[in-house]
Amino acid sequence: MNASIPKLEFEHVWKRFSLARGRELIAVQDVSLFVQANEFVSLLGPSGCGKSTLLMMSAGLETVSEGVIRVNGRPIHGPGRERGVVFQSYTLFPWLNVAENVRFALLKSKLERAEQDQQVELYLQRVGLREFAQAMPNQLSGGMRQRVAIARALAAQPEILLMDEPFGALDAQTRLLMQDLLLQVWQQEQTTVLFVTHDVEEAILLSDRIYVMSARPGRIKAEIPVDLPRPRSLLETEALPRFAELRQQILALLRAEVQL
Amino acid sequence: MDKRPSLLELRTTIPAHWYWGAGMSLIALFLLSWVILSGLGLVSRIFLPSPLAVGQELIRQIESGILWQDALASLYRITLGWLFSTLLALPIGILMGNFHFFEGLFEPFIDLVRYMPAVAFIPLTILWLGIGDTQKFAILFIGTFFQEVLMIADNVKTVPREWIQVSYTFGLNKWEVLRKVILPAALPGIWDTFRITLGWAWTYLVVAELVAANVGLGYRIMRAQRFLETETILLGILIIGFMGLVTDYLFKLTYKRFFGWAIQSR
Repeated sequence: MNASIPKLEFEHVWKRFSLARGRELIAVQDVSLFVQANEFVSLLGPSGCGKSTLLMMSAGLETVSEGVIRVNGRPIHGPGRERGVVFQSYTLFPWLNVAENVRFALLKSKLERAEQDQQVELYLQRVGLREFAQAMPNQLSGGMRQRVAIARALAAQPEILLMDEPFGALDAQTRLLMQDLLLQVWQQEQTTVLFVTHDVEEAILLSDRIYVMSARPGRIKAEIPVDLPRPRSLLETEALPRFAELRQQILALLRAEVQL
Repeated sequence: MDKRPSLLELRTTIPAHWYWGAGMSLIALFLLSWVILSGLGLVSRIFLPSPLAVGQELIRQIESGILWQDALASLYRITLGWLFSTLLALPIGILMGNFHFFEGLFEPFIDLVRYMPAVAFIPLTILWLGIGDTQKFAILFIGTFFQEVLMIADNVKTVPREWIQVSYTFGLNKWEVLRKVILPAALPGIWDTFRITLGWAWTYLVVAELVAANVGLGYRIMRAQRFLETETILLGILIIGFMGLVTDYLFKLTYKRFFGWAIQSR
């Protein structure tokens, strides 16, 4: 594969919503960005900055008003199996058990039954939930449900994992554990991730690069490379002086943005 | 501070013996007042026969086979009438809940018809269909279908959008999403709609039988009215109530059995 072609690329992408009386709202204004293969990139910004809209557009679940989104250099048309999505809300199907939920990702896979079983088991193991394979979603905590959702998205073996504030609904402690787990899983999988968040520390800890966005209309305000060594972990990485510097830099950018 | 919890706190559960005790007491009080009012001769038996008289009427109807005959006729009508309505309401409701086009197509017409009182169609249906079973099916259909369609459409719409979106990302097409996600997700709600609409069907059935029929639980009540057989009327009402209760309970029981996951997941 040609290394110069990014895995995911936005070229002058706009999103407009039409409102009543012919007025329109510009949710995303002229966004160009890219994610290289095996790169972890975050979209960071205040609520209403259009970051989730960007993510949904790259998933093919939201239309693009103007501009092009490319995967491996080819424009996308609708959703595809090469792009997996993890949502903020719980999206496990409550009538299926944990293993059946993960297997759901393989409905259109050409793998044989036995290979599918292996795949389901492998990814449940990756997120540390192998012994919960037979549990029903409503028996799981919020953090466990999101772990299953991550396992399910990974089981389809997408080329890009799109994550829309996946830990946004979790309590602070669970959130930290999930960040550590995601770091581990990502380091094992070496997959490409586009991650949406409004949490500055989370973005720095996880990402190779961060796009900081501004709101109304949603634009890219800055691109921050995160030059912290890998492998990272919550305790060690956040203790680095460089972590604090990056945090200051990004907070200053966002402070100019959010005015009460 | 140790304060004994009050039975009347906003949205607070109370001990089971209080909860069930209260409900049973009210029923007992109701029966007791019936016994006292009729037993002490405070009210003429033409207006309110004693529970004993109603019990004797029950035995008489069982022995002569009338009860069985009436109940079967009514059950047959309600089952088929409700099934006709449901078999049509199910696909149309599902289409309306999923496709904006079908919502646009059906909703104006359904809104127009559903405020027309089903009961007022009785003379018309007799004119068109006579007083046989077909006319009962028609009244049941008019009474339940138009509400049922809208309720099923709403059941379908409660399926979270993200569940549909996540299925698309796994490569499913819209028909697969419909079959594998939307239908299983909406089924518990639809089952509850079945339970509720069947309750309405009972009401419309009895109304239809009261006006024109020669067999059935409603017919028995109408006939008894002519001869002032008040205990037959009361028995008829109690039996219809009881049968409604049983069908309702059956639906609740099957719901728990099939859709246990929907009860616990908020």
